[in-house]
Amino acid sequence: MTDTADQIFVTLNHLLTGLAPAAWQPLVAAVISIAGIIGAFATLFAITTVLERKGLGRIQNRYGPNRVGPCGFLQPAADGIKAIIKEDIVPRAADKVVHFLAPLMVVIPAFLVYAVLPVGRNMVLVDYDAGVLFFFAIGAATELSVFMAGWSSRNKYSLLGAMRAIAQMISYEIPLILSAVTVIMIVGSLSTTKIVDAQAGYHAIGLPNWFVFTPWGFAGFILFMVAATAETNRSPFDLPEGESEIIAGYYIEYSGFKFALFFLGEYMGLFAISGLGITLFLGGWHAPLAFLEVAPSWFWFFAKLLTLIFGFIWIRGTLPRLRMDQLMNFAWKFMLPMALINIISAAIWHFMPPGYERWLVGAALVIGPYVLLGRGLMAGRKLEKRTYRFAE
Amino acid sequence: MSPLAAYLILSAFLFAIGLAGALTRRNAIIVLIGIELMLNAANLNFIAFWRFSDHPEALTGIMFVIFSIGVAAAEAAVGLALIIAIYRHYKTANVDEVNSLKG
Amino acid sequence: MNIIFAIIAVGTIAAAVAAMSLRNLVHCALALTVAFAGLAAAYLQLGAQFVGFTQLLVYVGAVAILIVFAILLTRGSEPPQQSVLSSGWPAGIFVTVIVLGVLVYAIGKSSIVQAAAPAQPEVTVRQIGDALMNKFVLPLEVVGLLLTAALIGAVIIAMKEEGKK
Repeated sequence: MTDTADQIFVTLNHLLTGLAPAAWQPLVAAVISIAGIIGAFATLFAITTVLERKGLGRIQNRYGPNRVGPCGFLQPAADGIKAIIKEDIVPRAADKVVHFLAPLMVVIPAFLVYAVLPVGRNMVLVDYDAGVLFFFAIGAATELSVFMAGWSSRNKYSLLGAMRAIAQMISYEIPLILSAVTVIMIVGSLSTTKIVDAQAGYHAIGLPNWFVFTPWGFAGFILFMVAATAETNRSPFDLPEGESEIIAGYYIEYSGFKFALFFLGEYMGLFAISGLGITLFLGGWHAPLAFLEVAPSWFWFFAKLLTLIFGFIWIRGTLPRLRMDQLMNFAWKFMLPMALINIISAAIWHFMPPGYERWLVGAALVIGPYVLLGRGLMAGRKLEKRTYRFAE
Repeated sequence: MSPLAAYLILSAFLFAIGLAGALTRRNAIIVLIGIELMLNAANLNFIAFWRFSDHPEALTGIMFVIFSIGVAAAEAAVGLALIIAIYRHYKTANVDEVNSLKG
Repeated sequence: MNIIFAIIAVGTIAAAVAAMSLRNLVHCALALTVAFAGLAAAYLQLGAQFVGFTQLLVYVGAVAILIVFAILLTRGSEPPQQSVLSSGWPAGIFVTVIVLGVLVYAIGKSSIVQAAAPAQPEVTVRQIGDALMNKFVLPLEVVGLLLTAALIGAVIIAMKEEGKK
């Protein structure tokens, strides 16, 4: 019974494909899978917009949207209708072709990368031999579209926001890729399905075999998530689109549906990179404990994805924004050395025999540089004692 | 015409376009773009020959292109840094006007 | 198969011509990005998956952005007042036509024109990794050194000079 629930989408796909004539079947199968992925993640996008606004509201001690539908959960429908019927204003001096193409160039790579994410057992759209490289290559195409959006608007704030966004994205791409390299090194393959397969099984004490439960995997996961937050321009790294700083950054001059496309592209990128983090570090579609394997594999993938999204929303509501120079210093002086040391730590872990020694060495190689780098980089600043002021 | 010849002709055309741009444009950055196009055309040549060769398992074509991409990126970075430094000095990125050494 | 090659070829050549002939520099850079993407598609068509994705990652993701930044830092985003062609451009066109003629003639006259196409080779990333670590380890280390030197050199060349006027 659990197996049928697990493979229900695969069997559905086979059923529908069987209805088509034989020569068209590969195409029909692919189209059905693509429709399924787009449908699932677009629905997740709609749900996340409401969750984020209500979550942020509750963190800030207020209700979120609660007028449209039960407890406000039909808000995305209202937002969607508003975005579609709003007037599309293009500045007179704007570069029309580039201005039109920029939202497309944000959304298309954001959707394209879902092809290599395994959402469940046997549920990956394309099993490339170099899947992770495909992910990063297509993700790199997003940066140019940010520049296109910022430059074509012929607006100084827009260009400034675009430059900052590109500088941030390029800087954080290196720790992102380096922390993924540790996993690739240990597994020995760039294929996402092989990486998920390498995390099957459970330890003696019931902990799953996920990479996040090793010292280098834990450090790598934290590095990956921080770099992912910066790559997708989410708070606290959202200076390029900070609402109180430069209004909306590189998409100031966009209104109506194009703005909605930017929004969609940003959230899709967030889900995609969280999905990759789940695949690399959190065991993909594997269940956390052995007896929980009765639930389908795609359920676990989306449960982990929702947990990560909740983490992103939580951090957005809690931490203040980083300044540009703080951001760049953090990437180049802290995260890059940590990522490099993490690679060495993963290599040492791989070659030492299993036992408590390699845990000790691994933990030392993670905690040591963290403390030393942290103290060293903050040494020049004089920090005052923290004082609290309460409203009287 | 065999597929190999088709790819070689495509690569020859790309090379010629890059060469034309590098030799005729005024702005130094466009000259660099032309040079990048020429490098890419040569890479396409290598991959085409690797694909249609007798021993593709030797991977020579792929290896050469991987190194070529790396070296071309480094050369683009240094070239653009040079152009920026020249702009700072001459206040122009025009190749015709950087002629202090002219006899 | 031929249709896909025709589309890739036409797209890449059109983008390359646009990259070399447009007046607005940023449009040139964006057309160049399309040409790079077309070339990546050609690599994928030829079965070199790793190279195709590397081309996208390095060229579209890094070199194109470098070029765009350089255009903005050298005030190239304003439309040029004079002609876009440098002095001595007829000689350039002449040389290009001769080079193109020689290349096409050489390709046409060679024996490969009528050869049949062998089967598609299966290359895994593992084979590339093995080759990089065994047969090509010396070029790998040299490229690492070269990239480090280029990184430091580019930063020093483009840095603002401190202390001078």
